[in-house]
Amino acid sequence: MDKTVTTAAQAVADIPDGACVMIGGFGGSGAPIELIHALIDAGPKNLTVVNNNAGNGHVGLAALIEQGQVAKLICSFPRSADPKVFTELYLAGGIELEIVPQGTLAERIRAGGAGIPAFYTPTSYGTDLATGKPVAEFDGRMYVQERGLKADFALIKAERGDPMGNLTYRMAARNFNPVMATAAAVTIAQVSHVVAAGDLDPENVITPGIFVNRVVHVPNPQQEEILNRQEAVYP
Amino acid sequence: MSLDLNDIQLSNAQIAWRAAQDIADGAYVNLGIGFPEMVAKFQPEGREAVFHTENGVLGFGRAPDAGDEDWDLINAGKKAITLNPGAAFFHHADSFAMVRGGHLDVAILGAYEVAQNGDLANWSTGRGGVPAVGGAMDLVHGAKRVAVITDHVTKKGAPKLVEACNLPLTGVGCVTRVYTSLCVVDVTGGRFVLREKLAAVSLEDLQSVTGAELHRDGDVGELVVPEL
Repeated sequence: MDKTVTTAAQAVADIPDGACVMIGGFGGSGAPIELIHALIDAGPKNLTVVNNNAGNGHVGLAALIEQGQVAKLICSFPRSADPKVFTELYLAGGIELEIVPQGTLAERIRAGGAGIPAFYTPTSYGTDLATGKPVAEFDGRMYVQERGLKADFALIKAERGDPMGNLTYRMAARNFNPVMATAAAVTIAQVSHVVAAGDLDPENVITPGIFVNRVVHVPNPQQEEILNRQEAVYP
Repeated sequence: MSLDLNDIQLSNAQIAWRAAQDIADGAYVNLGIGFPEMVAKFQPEGREAVFHTENGVLGFGRAPDAGDEDWDLINAGKKAITLNPGAAFFHHADSFAMVRGGHLDVAILGAYEVAQNGDLANWSTGRGGVPAVGGAMDLVHGAKRVAVITDHVTKKGAPKLVEACNLPLTGVGCVTRVYTSLCVVDVTGGRFVLREKLAAVSLEDLQSVTGAELHRDGDVGELVVPEL
């Protein structure tokens, strides 16, 4: 088995207009910048993107939004040090926003990947974000029903990967990446190091290869914070 | 009103210091973005708290020196952090299992308004713009203790402790204790119970800048903090 793909461009080439794409990362940590930039080069439009944030500066997710490729964003916190791209488009009515509490977002993705169509959480009960959702009482406490979330594609970033698709992560860059890997029909992982099957200790594999369809080697990946300090703009 | 709050009220650092004194040895703690992050600096000697951040770290330490940042190692506020011995990484669904599942001992958040029944409003000013909730709505359900640190009144002088919140809610009946720039209040039985207040403010003046009745249940202690 060999899930490696030679370039990021090849890895994202079949993402069509209108696709739902989960993109890993929390801010810049764990964000698959090279895969996002390849998606910008490929140019599909009318995407629904699932990410914790809404981009920062003019690279990565912010650049994808700036190129007009994102019709709808599902996220918990669309603010950042430089949120201008998203903010201006949103206030002009140019992008749809679904705000989801961060833990509910993570659990919706986990549920989607685990074959669970809906679940109950205490989060958001009695708030505007629960409007229109079914509620129920369990053991004397009120809960809100939330739906599992799946995607057509997930773009994720990992530290090490083998040709079987097994992945390990680096520090807090793990965040949403392993959860999103489970919830997409096609999961594409950029990895800083490709190792041979057998070189990852099975005890330490975080994402088992069954959840991963394509592995792209991206040595020395770019970091959003550093690009933004350089005032980088993509493309 | 003769009271000039600016002359007597605590600084943010002093409010954070007071909140830190209630964190027990061995507690697992989440601190909200911004002002609540300051609480970590004031851990009493000899007590070890383990700090949780939503993006998947338990046991983080102080900020690194400028130039030593690793941008894969950040907190929920996207600021660079370091690790203490015994730290652990985990993914986002596990992180919120810790939050929602009742595994955290304390969550400390900021507030726009707190109501006497424990309702919290801290995520939206309700004035339009871009809504952003982050992890606040999850944190207020699950931590064993949900504490708020805040100025006692807004910059315009309006009370932040109120009978009922006017702003969009973060959570219903979730706050258990409030540390303000003038006093410490518990939320119990649908009412505010005054536990400590600055000696420089009278009960009458404190009530006059509070939007709901302050009840008393036994002695009111003196709120004493160091110069910081």
